[in-house]
Amino acid sequence: MRKLLPFPLLSLFLWLTWLLLNGFSWGHGLLGLVLAVVLPLGTRPFWPNVPHLRNFPKLVRFVLVVHWDIVTANLAVARLILGSPRKLRPAFVELPLELEDDFAITLLASTISLTPGTVSADVSEDRRTLLIHALDMDDEAELVAQIKQRYERPLKEIFEC
Amino acid sequence: MDTLVEFLVSAAILVGGVFALVGSFGLARLPDFYLRLHGPTKASTLGVGGTIFASLLFFSWQEQALQLQELLIVLFLFITAPVSAHMLAKAAMHRQLRRREDTRGRPWKQ
Repeated sequence: MRKLLPFPLLSLFLWLTWLLLNGFSWGHGLLGLVLAVVLPLGTRPFWPNVPHLRNFPKLVRFVLVVHWDIVTANLAVARLILGSPRKLRPAFVELPLELEDDFAITLLASTISLTPGTVSADVSEDRRTLLIHALDMDDEAELVAQIKQRYERPLKEIFEC
Repeated sequence: MDTLVEFLVSAAILVGGVFALVGSFGLARLPDFYLRLHGPTKASTLGVGGTIFASLLFFSWQEQALQLQELLIVLFLFITAPVSAHMLAKAAMHRQLRRREDTRGRPWKQ
């Protein structure tokens, strides 16, 4: 079983994506099942060390928190854009990373970019620091603490121990 | 019931449209490249989100069955938008684009 489905979650995800794309029917269910088995096997070399999902409820919670933040922060950014651009306090911030896994860092960087007001610009060679550009920053320490507490810690709990 | 759905769909389209507009407005108005980078990533979240919710609601109502393919758009957008923003930021730093003088901190050498 482990040999046939090295990444069960990826397979499930591919199957559901296929069904959403093509409509739910027996034929597509079967075809999607074949693809869900074949694709992960074929792309296996691209995933040298996959992080293991340790805490599924936390992942669900994380996704909900991020969606909520996207909505509220969108409103905040809309206000900033419509207000006077002179009042903006842009800044580059370096965020020291605690996450070690590449995939988890990618998720964190994407989350930072998706939540309005911050865009992740770069990650250092040694994967220890993330460079973030903020649209309007009040206090550097506060921003870093907020990102760490709201996004990085849950991600750490989801993927590592 | 029809009126209620119509009302909800219109509201969702309006919300999506307003946020897309604000995003593009930011693109035109903000003073430097790094700041303008924020505009499009924003419009693509709530702007597209609102439009897609409207489409999902409308077609589910019309077909009398849940239509979920639109969710795939959101999914792929959420995967690709941060990547393009990241590439744009990296390119900007590589070219050492001008940033507003009062920007705190500094970009990295590429």
